[in-house]
Formats: sequence, structure tokens, C-alpha cells
Amino acid sequence: MKACKPARGIATRAAQLLAVISGWALSGLALAAEWNLRPAGSKIATEIHDLHEYVMILCTVIFVGVFSFMFWSVYAHRKSKGHKAAQFHENTTIEILWTVIPAIILVIIALPATRVVIAQKDTSNPDLTIKVTGYQWKWGYDYVKGEGEGISFISTLATPREQIENRAPKGEHYLLEVDNELVVPVGKKVRILTTAADVIHSWWMPSFGAKQDAIPGFIRDMHFRAEQTGTFRSQCVELCGKEHGFMPIVVKVVTQDEYGKWVGDKMKLIAAAADDPNKQYALDELRTRGEQVYAKNCVACHQATGKGMPPAFPPLDGAKIVLGPKDEQIRIVLNGRPKTAMAAFGGQLNDVELAALVTFTRNNWSNKTGEAIQPAEVKALRK
Amino acid sequence: MEQGASTTTRQAHYHVPQPMPWPIMGSTALFCMALGAVFVMNASSGGWVGLAFGVMLLLYMMFRWFGDLIRESEGGKYGGWEDLSFRWGMSWFIFSEVMFFAGFFGALFWARVMSVPDLASLEHNTYLWPGFTSHWPSAGPGFEEKFSPMGAWGIPAINTLLLLSSGVTVTIAHWALKEGKRAILNLFLFFTIVLGVLFLGLQVYEYAHAYSELNLKLSTGAYGSTFFMLTGFHGFHVTCGAIMLTVIFFRCLSGHFKPDHHFAFEGVAWYWHFVDVVWLGLFIFVYWL
Amino acid sequence: MSAVIDTHGHAHDHHGGYGGVMRWITTTNHKDIGTLYLWFSFIMFMVGGVMALAIRLELFSPGIQFFNPDLFNQFTTMHGLIMVFGAIMPAFVGFANWQIPMMIGAPDMAFARLNNWSFWLLPFAASLLVISFFTPGGAPGVGWTLYAPLTVQMGVGMDLTIFAVHLLGMSSILGSINIITTILNMRAPGMNLMRMPLFCWTWLITAYLLVAAMPVLAGAVTMSLTDRHFGTSFFNAAGGGDPVLYQHIFWFFGHPEVYIIALPAFGVVSQVIPAFSRKPLFGYASMVYATSAIAILSFIVWAHHMYTVGMPVQGQLFFMYATTLIAIPTGVKVFNWVATMWQGSLTFETPMLFAIGFLFLFTLGGFTGLVLSLVPIDIQLHDTYYVVAHFHYVMVAGALFAAFAGIYFWLPKWTGRMYDETLGKWHFWLTMIFFNITFFVQHFLGLAGMPRRIPDYPLMFESWNKVSSIGAFGFGLAQLLFLYVVLKAIRSGAKAPERPWEGADSLEWTHLPTPVPYHTFETPPVLK
Ligand code: HEA
Ligand code: HEA
Ligand code: HEC
Ligand code: CUA
Ligand SMILES: [Cu+2]
Repeated sequence: MKACKPARGIATRAAQLLAVISGWALSGLALAAEWNLRPAGSKIATEIHDLHEYVMILCTVIFVGVFSFMFWSVYAHRKSKGHKAAQFHENTTIEILWTVIPAIILVIIALPATRVVIAQKDTSNPDLTIKVTGYQWKWGYDYVKGEGEGISFISTLATPREQIENRAPKGEHYLLEVDNELVVPVGKKVRILTTAADVIHSWWMPSFGAKQDAIPGFIRDMHFRAEQTGTFRSQCVELCGKEHGFMPIVVKVVTQDEYGKWVGDKMKLIAAAADDPNKQYALDELRTRGEQVYAKNCVACHQATGKGMPPAFPPLDGAKIVLGPKDEQIRIVLNGRPKTAMAAFGGQLNDVELAALVTFTRNNWSNKTGEAIQPAEVKALRK
Repeated sequence: MEQGASTTTRQAHYHVPQPMPWPIMGSTALFCMALGAVFVMNASSGGWVGLAFGVMLLLYMMFRWFGDLIRESEGGKYGGWEDLSFRWGMSWFIFSEVMFFAGFFGALFWARVMSVPDLASLEHNTYLWPGFTSHWPSAGPGFEEKFSPMGAWGIPAINTLLLLSSGVTVTIAHWALKEGKRAILNLFLFFTIVLGVLFLGLQVYEYAHAYSELNLKLSTGAYGSTFFMLTGFHGFHVTCGAIMLTVIFFRCLSGHFKPDHHFAFEGVAWYWHFVDVVWLGLFIFVYWL
Repeated sequence: MSAVIDTHGHAHDHHGGYGGVMRWITTTNHKDIGTLYLWFSFIMFMVGGVMALAIRLELFSPGIQFFNPDLFNQFTTMHGLIMVFGAIMPAFVGFANWQIPMMIGAPDMAFARLNNWSFWLLPFAASLLVISFFTPGGAPGVGWTLYAPLTVQMGVGMDLTIFAVHLLGMSSILGSINIITTILNMRAPGMNLMRMPLFCWTWLITAYLLVAAMPVLAGAVTMSLTDRHFGTSFFNAAGGGDPVLYQHIFWFFGHPEVYIIALPAFGVVSQVIPAFSRKPLFGYASMVYATSAIAILSFIVWAHHMYTVGMPVQGQLFFMYATTLIAIPTGVKVFNWVATMWQGSLTFETPMLFAIGFLFLFTLGGFTGLVLSLVPIDIQLHDTYYVVAHFHYVMVAGALFAAFAGIYFWLPKWTGRMYDETLGKWHFWLTMIFFNITFFVQHFLGLAGMPRRIPDYPLMFESWNKVSSIGAFGFGLAQLLFLYVVLKAIRSGAKAPERPWEGADSLEWTHLPTPVPYHTFETPPVLK
């Protein structure tokens, strides 16, 4: 936690004290804890911080005011001190006062809040527009307008399973690291369009004060303008099923020059990595490729062992479908199973990846069909 | 209502009924129905047995519970004070039903005013649903089959007439009851039931027509969903109302109710009017506009 | 008591025809039913509490320790549902059953048999919820809000939960119709509405909220059910529906629901504070108006749970303004309570301690609610632990504390025996301290960005989570003490004096012996 401004309310202070005491009591606990909003990385975020501070101060003042009355009567008007009860039970003047004054306070809270809301909602004239798609459980990024248009990739949790399952020490950015970061230029207005492929997710970047639910079948938008370079981390914030806690969001803000270079590199990379769907691949080639794809897309449910997590997530090892006619299995992976967590991967993976994936599942664990599925076969089954 | 019944015609005692086993039987029935339905919906055999058992138990329970009530009522256990309780109870029950329908009407308005136009907006067209245009009735951008919406001026209009007249006939019956004209009471109550049953018959016909000729199904997107769920729940309420009317009818035949003491009749009449009003809403927003 | 009506069967025994277990199953006596509600609610509190402990256990350290993420989500969902529908709501219906007839001078509830049914729906609904854990796929892991379209992916447990919600809703609707009718129609002569104890007022208004809100929830879950099984598209964009529609319908119920939880608690506190201040409640009339204002406003603020779904700016502003308005009537209540204590002659028995604890911490939770009501701040804090902290302050330190206050307050009346005051005070202080250890730190977690409903978290959140988990276990143990105190009072408590609390002045204290007999006010009491 960086600047913890002196304006933090007394209540918060007291609580910090309480927390510190309990922390001390539990000796051995590292108290390098966070207790306030993350440092602001955009103007809106700064405004939100200020608003929060302002409201906290007001609330603390009212809180202390009201409860000093209460504690005074607790202290002074107790029977054990021989205090006799007065019998008054109403007073119109004071009742009107304590209706009107809070109303006024609310107005002075609502005014600055309104300003920020309007600024936050203004997504007009962006420099760069990026479409963000929530999948169970990863994020898809498509640069749809502005420099970098056409770039598109998927961003998945990079923390190894061993760390999550406590079989390896946890790294610094545990659960907050991805394979492909979202890269944006500093100082540019970035408009984010959110949508989702399966269930509702929510894309949040606290440092920029930007959060927007990603709703399947709908497009929603928000914007941010990062004021400093650096790497910013966060997580999906709408319950989206089993791995909701494991779909981080990482944004890398770079200078304009670096951004230009990144766009160039990325474009080249995409061109180079484009698989040739017309090629005939060998079984081993497909298997190795498939293993990678499987590890990224399927292990969460069907597990590395292929045993799944029955009954919710069926095993693939020894599954009838996997050992049966290949078209049936290709179709399931392409189109998913409606109304189950089994998503349609047709939109996320290309023909080569899908062919590799299916080949892998049909030739791994105890499955030994010996079939090599070619990209063309996948292509033929696409709708 | 400031003083409730407590000022004027104060009875000395309020009838606090004896314990009885019907409530727990009702809960058991609902429990079996729920479990049965869950099995049926998840394609497990045996569900129908639970469901059927639950329904029968529920019917039996209602038969016995209401039987007790009728006996008590005819036995003179209920005075003006209890009567007023029944009135309050029935009014708020009907209010809760109104809120239930409000939820589904909300869904209809949402689809028509918010979600369908939204899905057809520029950005949705660009990124998600190319070519989808906003119109109502709509089954949404992902729906590919063709279907025809249900027109308003055929069967639905006739049904409106039927239900409205049934509202009139039940009122005439009520008036006759208060005047002590039992023959008219019986006759018009009978008319009411006939009109209700006719309504239901036509509705069944309309559904069959929708499924077989219009290709309009429960699964026909937002239009099909709201159409069938709203009219379906309404139809279910008409069915309940018709059964209640039938019970009242037989009670009338056996000489129950007095001109100044007939809450059960009024409760059913209220319910019937409620069903009527909901239908008007349906006719306007589901069929017509 | 001689000219009683025949149906009571005073010839044989007090309880009509049945004995043994059947007495409890068939009872039409509001006091029996009240007792059933209270015990049921306590059992559910244990069940929901054990799930909370499971959650806190898993969150004690980062990494997946005890429960796989799926099971964790199921715990979260069922913890929320069970606490709200199984523990808190039935507890207050239990109070209503015991107290309302006695407070207004009625012989019983208006519909005594229906009352029995309202209760006996609950155990069946609860069984459906618990059974869902043992179905293939387990209980639904969708959060207590049951958001579509995640619900569509769930297994059999989802259907069980949906039907459970139907039964719970039915129970609440029938129960509230009963309460409304009782209050409107069963008051003793002279007990006009503005003389009723405030507890009856808050329940009258709560009952209105229930009849208006519960059917809407029933509709919402029904749509989810048909979306799951019958091909409808209410919440499916491809069919022209909208997942956000579910949220609107849910919160149209859900926000009034939080006041359904809070208002009866306000009622209890409004009885307890004057009694121990030996001074009449300050601003009775304004309390009634404030309660009504809260109820009305509660129907036009629902979308403050949905600021991040992407509404137009006008919508956000409307819901923000409407939400902040609720601070005014709630403030009136807080000020009235403080003014009641002011210049009183205070003593601090356990009920009063819990009432003061309520007042202090509920207000704190109210303020964090106000912070959340501001759109820009909520956009930062939505779906983080800040929200979790907010609602545990209003629901645990609010509603639950009030329920404790009420139990200690009326236990002597109900059982004729006193609880152990020393142990009661211990219960209060342990509860108070551990509550804050558990939930205060969650504000920090939320501010620092920890999302809710996650089984595992980044390392920077570790310390506060440890503190919170330790607090939770302390809190849980303190509730065992509560159970002990109550059982001890019932079995071997000292005999309660006729009127244990000097300042208590509603009918049950002034017109009835302690303990109250099985049948009361068969002849309406005479009021001055
Ligand atoms: C008992 C239940 C209860 C109560 C009483 C409240 C009371 C309030 N709540 Fe809370 N709330 C919940 C239960 C409750 N809430 C729950 C369960 C959730 C989460 C649901 C979920 O997502 O799972 C939630 C979530 C929630 C949110 C959504 C957060 C999010 O998900 O992003 C918001 C946002 O506006 C909010 C606001 C408020 C406000 C403004 C009040 C107000 O009523 C508070 C008013 C009180 C005061 C303000 C204090 C006293 C006043 C004074 C002393 C007067 C002077 C004060 C001023 C002038 C400021 N609540
Ligand atoms: C009024 C309702 C109510 C009550 C009383 C509580 C009580 C508690 N709640 Fe709950 N809570 C909710 C309503 C409530 N909660 C809701 C609505 C949610 C949202 C769910 C969702 O996101 O969908 C939630 C979510 C929620 C979360 C967030 C979960 C997540 O996001 O994944 C957490 C985490 O700490 C939590 C903790 C607790 C704890 C520690 C208690 C404690 O107060 C419980 C104490 C009680 C006991 C412990 C039981 C009694 C004691 C025993 C049985 C003895 C055994 C004890 C020991 C051996 C120690 N709750
Ligand atoms: C979100 C979790 C999830 C992910 C990720 C996932 N699946 Fe599935 N998968 C499921 C579920 C759930 C089912 C069961 C569907 C049903 O009940 O019909 C399933 C079923 C299947 C089946 C049919 C098995 C059978 O016996 O019916 C195959 C084949 C399959 N998945 C392959 C894959 C492949 C290949 C991937 C990776 C690209 C993958 N799945 C990723 C959840 C997932
Ligand atoms: Cu995606 Cu949570
Ligand atoms: Cu709310």
C-alpha cells in the first residue's frame, strides 16, 4: 500500500488498530496487508478514490457524532448511577431537523458522484477499441479498431496447477499471471467492448476504475485512459462457474513506440503461426500439438489424467464417444453440448488445433485408436 | 378499516380451529411432486410415479381440508369476524397472484422494449448478430425457423368475449344469491362455468393450431416463451377458477350459502374477476399490440 | 377462561386431539408454531454456519486445500440461501407468531391452520436444498442470486433448489397473508393501529413486502426452470431474451428482501431499547412513517445491485439517487433509538447489549451501503469482499443480533425461566468481538480488490483472510455458548418473575402471567 492519506476516517483507523492487534496476537502472520483501493492509474480511478475518501470522511463524522450521543447516554444516563428516566417521547423540531439535514448531506454527496458517473459513461471518440470476450475460463481479446486492428488472441491463467494444488511454492503473481497480456498504449483512450460466449463474466481493472460485466449475446462498453506505463493485474469478478477464481486479467501499458513495435511483432507472429489447414499431419505431430492445446483448454474440467471429475465432468479416458466414431467427437468439441459446461471450441481454436486435440484424446491414456484426424476432416464438419 | 371488526359487530370469540393433519399432508404432496418433477425433467424413470402420487395426495388433502371448512361453515362456526378475515386473506392472496403475473409481463416488456431492439443495434450487428433487425414478434437472432405469430382477432377475441361475459354472469349469480333467487343463482353460475370451459377448450385448440400450423412453440425464442408462459399460466388459473366455480356450484345446488353469508362464493367470484382482468392484459399486450 | 369455545376441546387437554409428535405436526397454536419456527431457524443457522466455516476454512490460506472449486461454490450458494431463507426469515416469523397475537390481544393468528402449513412447508424445502448436495453434480454453484445463464449449466441440484425456492416462497406468502389479516382484523377493542407496539407495525409492513416480492421471485426461478428444460429463451440472447432480465426480476424481489430481513429486526430493537431505557420509544409516529417509507423506496432501488451490467447513464443516476434516499428514513430510525436512550435510566442486560450492538454495527453497515450506492465507487467495489462485509454487517450484526436480543428479551415470558445473565453477557461480548474480527477486515479485502465467490486468492490477500477465518471460528464457537445458555434456561433456569423487565409495557407483559398460558386472550383484554 502506497500513499495512505491522512484523511482515512477514525473508524478505519480504529479498525486498523483492531486488525493490528489481532495480527499481533496471531504472531507469525505477515502483516504486509492491503487495506485500501489500489493505486490509481487513470484519472477516473483518481476521481473514484477522492470520492470514496470524501464520502468516508462524511460518514465517519456523522457516525462519530451520532454515537457520541449514544455512548454519552450509555455512560451518563445509567440506572446504576441513579439517573431517573425523563418521559419525553417526541419533538417535532428535532425530528424535522434530522430528516432535512441528512437530505442535504445526501445532495452534497450525490453531486460529485454524478459528475464521475457521467465521465465514466462517456465512451465516445476512442483511440483504440478492443473487444473482450469472456469464455469459461479465459479471456479473448480482439483489437477491432485503431492501431493493431486485426490482432486477436486468447489470454489464459499462467500459474501452474502445481502451485494451486500446493505442490510447488507460489510465485509472486500467483493467480494474477497470464500467457498473453492485453497490451495498450499509455495516454490513449481505450474503449473496451465486452461480451461473453457462455455465461456472464466481468472484466475489471481496478487501477483504471473500469469494470463491466460481459454478457453472453450482448455487447457492453466502457473505457479507460491509462496514465502510466506498467503492468496492471486483476481478476474476473462475476461468478462464472467452477474456475471463476482462475481467470485473471493482466494489462500491460506501454509507451506509444513500444506499442507500435508490439503490434508489428504480434502481426508477424500471427502470420507465422498460422497453421496450414491443408497439410497432412503425422500422428505424432498431431499428438504433441494436441497435448499443448489440451493442457490449455481442457484440463480444467477433464483433468490432465483424462479422468474428469465425475459426475459433473465426464472422463475422456475410455469414454465411449472418444473411442467411437470420430465425427461424433469432433462435433462435440466444435459445437459443445448445449446447457452443459462443455463449451463450443469451434470459435476459439482453428482446424489444426482441433484436429490435433481430437487426435490427442483418441491416442492418449488408455485410448489407443491409432487414428490421426486431419484438419480437413474438422473443416468438413464445421457448419 | 382503522378499527377492524373490533368495534361494531364484535363477537365474543373468534373461531380458532382444531389441529388437523391436512397441512403436513399438503407439504408431503408438494415434496413428492417436486421430487417427481425433478426426476421427470432429468429423464429418470420413476418420476411420473412420484409426481402422480403427489398430485393425488394434494387433491385428496384439498378435498378433506375444504370439506372440513365447508362443514364448519355450514355448522355456523363462522360469524362476521371470521368472514372479514377471509376477505382480507383472499384479497392479499389475489394480490400476490397479480405480482406473479407482473413478473412475466415484465419479461414480455423487457424483450419487446429492451432486449430485442438492443440485439439489433449497430454494434450488435457488427460483432455478434449480423443482419438481425428489431421487430416484434421476434424469436431472436439465433432462431432460424419460420413461424407465424398468433393473430388477435380470431380465437383470442372470441375468448375475450367469453371471459368478459362470464364476469357478467358470475356477477348476476352473486346478485341473485344476495336476493335469495336461488334458481337464477344456479343457472348463471352454471353459465359461468360453461363459458370458462369453452374458453379453455378454445385455448387448447389455439395451442394445437400454434404447434401444428404456425410452427409457434414454447421454444420459439422470446415470443414463444412469453406467449406460452403467460397464456399458459393464465389458462392454469382459469382451470383452477373453473374447478372452484364447480365446487361452489354444487354447494349452491345443495342449498349452501345465505344471502348475507357466502364468503366462499365471493372469494371465488373475486378470483374469477382477477383471471378476467389478467386476460385483458394478455389480450392487449400479447395478442393485439 | 370457562366460557371458551368448544373447538378448543378443553374437556380433555390443552392441545386438541393429538399428542406426542403429532401435537407439533398438527398444532394450530401460534405459540407452538412460533417455537417450531425458532428451533427450525436455529438448526438452519447451524447448517448454514457450518458451510460458512467451510468457506472460511478453505480461504484460510491461498491454494486449494480442502474443497474443490465446484464444491466451494456450492457451499457459498447454499450458505447464502440457507442463512437468508432458512435461518433469518423463519426466526422473525417465529417472533411474529409468538408475539403478534399477544401484543394486540388476539386469541391466535387469523388463520391458525394455514399458519401450521406455512411452517410445515419449510422443513420440506430445506430438505430439498440439502438433498441437492447428494445428487449427481451436487448442489448448484451459482450463488444465492441464482443468476442466469449459469443456472442452465447446473445439474439436478438446480431443479431441486428451484422447487425449494417455490416452497419457501409459498410459505412466506401464506405466512404474510396471515400476519396482515391478524394485525388488521384481530386487534382487541381499543388497540388501534397507532397504539400497536412497533414490532407489529414493522411486521405488518414486512408482510406487505413479502406478498409483493415473493411471487416475483417465484416467477424468476420458474423462468429459469423452463429455460433449463423446456426450451424457452427468457434469459438467452439467441432467442431474443436477456440474462440481465433475470437480474432485474431477481433484484426486484431481492432488494425488498433485504428489508424483509431488516424491518422485523428494527421492530425487535424498538421493543428492547425503550424497555431497558425505562422511557417510551421516541418518535413512535415517525418510526411508523419511516418504516413505510423504507418499504416503498425498497421497490424502486433494485438496480443498485446491477450498476456494472451496463445500463444507460440515466438508469444509473436514477437508481443511485433513489438508493441514497433510503438513508433518510433509516437515519430517522437510528436517531429515534438514540433519542430513546437519551436521558433514560439505562441498564445493560443481555437483550439491551445486543440491541446496542445492533444499533452500532447496523449503522456501520448502513454507511457502507451508502458508499456502495454511489455508482462510481460501486463500480470499483461490486462483487468484491467489500460487499460481503457490507451485507454481513446489516444481516449478521443487524438482523441476527436483533434476533438474539429478542430471544433473551422474551425467553422469560415464553418459558417462565430466566437465562444465565453472566453467560448471556459472555455470549454477547464474544459474538461482538469475533464478529468484527471476521467481517471488518473484509472491507480491506474488498477495497484491495479481492473478488467474492473465489476459493483461492492472490497472495496479497492472505493476511486479512487469515484474520477473518480465525474470527469466523471464534464467532461459531460463541454460538455454541448461545445454545447452551438457552438450553440451560429451559431446563434449569431460575423462575422468572412476573415482569422481569421493569420498562417493558406491551400487552404480553402487562396483561398476561409469566410464563404465558397455552391459550391467551380468548376473551379480548380490556384496554384503557
Ligand atoms: C438486512 C439487509 C440489508 C440492509 C438493511 C441493507 C441496506 C442498504 N444497502 Fe445493502 N445489501 C444487502 C443487504 C442489506 N443492505 C445484501 C444481502 C447485499 C448483497 C447481495 C448480493 O449481491 O449477494 C447488499 C448489497 C448492496 C449493494 C450492491 C453492492 C454490489 O453488489 O455492488 C448496494 C448498493 O447500493 C447496497 C446499498 C444499501 C443501502 C444504501 C442500504 C441502506 O438501507 C442503508 C441505510 C442506513 C444508513 C445510511 C445508516 C443510518 C443513517 C444515518 C445515521 C443517517 C445519516 C446518514 C447520512 C445522511 C448518510 N447494498
Ligand atoms: C443472514 C444471513 C447470513 C448469515 C447469518 C451469515 C453468516 C456468516 N457468513 Fe455469510 N453470507 C450470506 C448471508 C449470511 N451469512 C449471504 C447471502 C452470502 C452470499 C452468498 C453468495 O455469494 O451467493 C454470504 C457469503 C459469505 C461469504 C463469502 C463467500 C464467497 O463469496 O465465496 C463468507 C466468507 O467469509 C461468509 C461468511 C460467514 C460467516 C463466517 C458467518 C457466521 O456468522 C456464521 C456463524 C455460525 C456458525 C459458525 C454456526 C453455529 C455454530 C456451530 C454449528 C458450532 C460449530 C462451530 C465451530 C466448531 C467453530 N458468508
Ligand atoms: C467448462 C468445462 C469443460 C471444458 C473446459 C471442456 N469440457 Fe468437455 N465436457 C464438459 C462437460 C460438463 C461435459 C459433459 C456434457 C454432457 O453432460 O453431455 C463434457 C463432455 C465432453 C465430451 C463428451 C464425453 C462424453 O462421454 O459424453 C468430450 C469428447 C469432451 N468433453 C471433450 C473436450 C475437449 C477436447 C475439451 C478441450 C478443448 C473439453 N472437452 C473442454 C466440460 C468441459
Ligand atoms: Cu469469468 Cu468469473
Ligand atoms: Cu439492495
